[in-house]
Amino acid sequence: MWGSGVLQGMAVTIKNFFDTYTKKDGIFTVEYPEKCLPAKERFRNFPILVYDEKPEDLRCVACDICAKECPPKCITIVKAKDAQGKPLKQAAVFDIDFTVCMNCGICEETCPFDAIYMDHEFELAEYDRMNELIYKKEDLSKPWNYFEKIRPTDAKEINARRASLPTKPTTPPSQQGS
Amino acid sequence: MSSAPETETAPRISTEQLEISIGPQHPSTHGVFRMNVILEGETIVKLKPVMGYLHRNHEQLAEDMSWLGSMPYTDRLDYFCSMSNNLAYALAVEKMMGIDVPERAEYIRIIMAEMTRLVNHTALVGFLLNDLGAFFTPVLYAFREREKILDLFEATAGSRMMCNYMRFGGVKLDLHPDFLDKAKDIVEKYPAFLDETERLLTKNEILMSRCQNVGILPKELAINASITGPLLRASGVNYDIRKIDKYSIYDRFDFKVPLGTVGDVYDRYYVRILEMRESFKILKKAFKEIPAGPFISQKGEVAAKSPRNMKVPAGDAYGRIEAPKGELGFYLVSDGGTKPYRYHVRAPSFINLTILEDMCLGQKVADAIVILGSIDIVLGEVDR
Repeated sequence: MWGSGVLQGMAVTIKNFFDTYTKKDGIFTVEYPEKCLPAKERFRNFPILVYDEKPEDLRCVACDICAKECPPKCITIVKAKDAQGKPLKQAAVFDIDFTVCMNCGICEETCPFDAIYMDHEFELAEYDRMNELIYKKEDLSKPWNYFEKIRPTDAKEINARRASLPTKPTTPPSQQGS
Repeated sequence: MSSAPETETAPRISTEQLEISIGPQHPSTHGVFRMNVILEGETIVKLKPVMGYLHRNHEQLAEDMSWLGSMPYTDRLDYFCSMSNNLAYALAVEKMMGIDVPERAEYIRIIMAEMTRLVNHTALVGFLLNDLGAFFTPVLYAFREREKILDLFEATAGSRMMCNYMRFGGVKLDLHPDFLDKAKDIVEKYPAFLDETERLLTKNEILMSRCQNVGILPKELAINASITGPLLRASGVNYDIRKIDKYSIYDRFDFKVPLGTVGDVYDRYYVRILEMRESFKILKKAFKEIPAGPFISQKGEVAAKSPRNMKVPAGDAYGRIEAPKGELGFYLVSDGGTKPYRYHVRAPSFINLTILEDMCLGQKVADAIVILGSIDIVLGEVDR
């Protein structure tokens, strides 16, 4: 009969309509600003710099590896210098341009010092386009226990690996040759 | 035709040919794509596709970047199927480097690639109905199912769409511990969803009259224009790179290649539904057989740790896969350094789009929208 296909289709839409009232997962929309899905542990957004105790003592040693590996080149690092002009193992400037960063996570993968990790925070709207989205060292610093909270499985693994290290690596292994 | 001066003897009313521009911001063009159409009444007499609005210099950028550095950029080619884009690129580089891939990684790759196919075809069927004027009911049903798979991608790779998951010689991370159970559950329930979609659409008289015998692509033209993917198979050519090239471990899986007979929009819709049903077979077998073990080879792990120092032997390679949209290939030339010397993408949507005019001539404007929808383009890949 001509039209039976249309009627069958209508039956499907009506079934779906009533499912939204009767089935548990009938309504799959999450009303976002009021409710929010729990973040997946591996979810990655923008990078953070972790520190163990004091915010001034970042794990980052300003080795510049992440800045060089970063595909869109959104990281700027300037090494700190002491009074004699000798470069120190910490960053004077560590900027990440969040308008350029594409959340690929390569900085996290390549960091030999477990210093930079991807965050879960995604509500970062700003009024200003150019200045406020360039995150400075202070904005990026987060304590290690914050990381342990958002990514417990990874943190456990990293803690175990760091505890088994004989001494802290002083020079990045891949920089010696180049 | 109508530019000839009207004489008194002309009995019929002839109108001027009208040149209109559909797009680049038109919602039916699936992105920033423009069609310059010359109409005779409502019939298309000429159609010129205008591309390039989304050009992002992908190939040149990749030539100035480490080999791994362009992996996240491949996600952004066909942003519906980032996993299969990753796979094609990884295959091309692995061919040159001669890295072997651990067994588990091969299975993970197949699972991801086939799930991507489900995502893509499901969304396509929804969008095709959008183009037909069935606004958002089918597309929301499709998105509901697609979201379940994207959640799995997020749990495993870290991102729903920009996965950046494959590495040379394996994958970035092992599967999430819950992944296999959840994926099995999805594949178990997916056929029911497909049945529902088919009840909604396949026998629907309105859909049939809009799609059947519209935009027919003859077999010979399809082959001559080097069309690939579901578009080619809908015209009845048995060409599936999973069968022909047997890349990765596809030779271990038993699946059929669904073929169309007429080559119209309806066949293209139906071939995709059937292809999804074949993907379930591959996925089920992969879930059963996936072994434990490392997910990336030793050499690959070293390369992933410091991409800047990864050197690829001089030479060239072409890695290709059967992406959901057709043959996706990466042609890479290396001069032995840490960056590609030449990097070329053979994008399926781009090449499939070139025969748009041949399919649209003599059809109505409304049909051109549907034909464009049935080609299944993603502008990120067309313009690169």
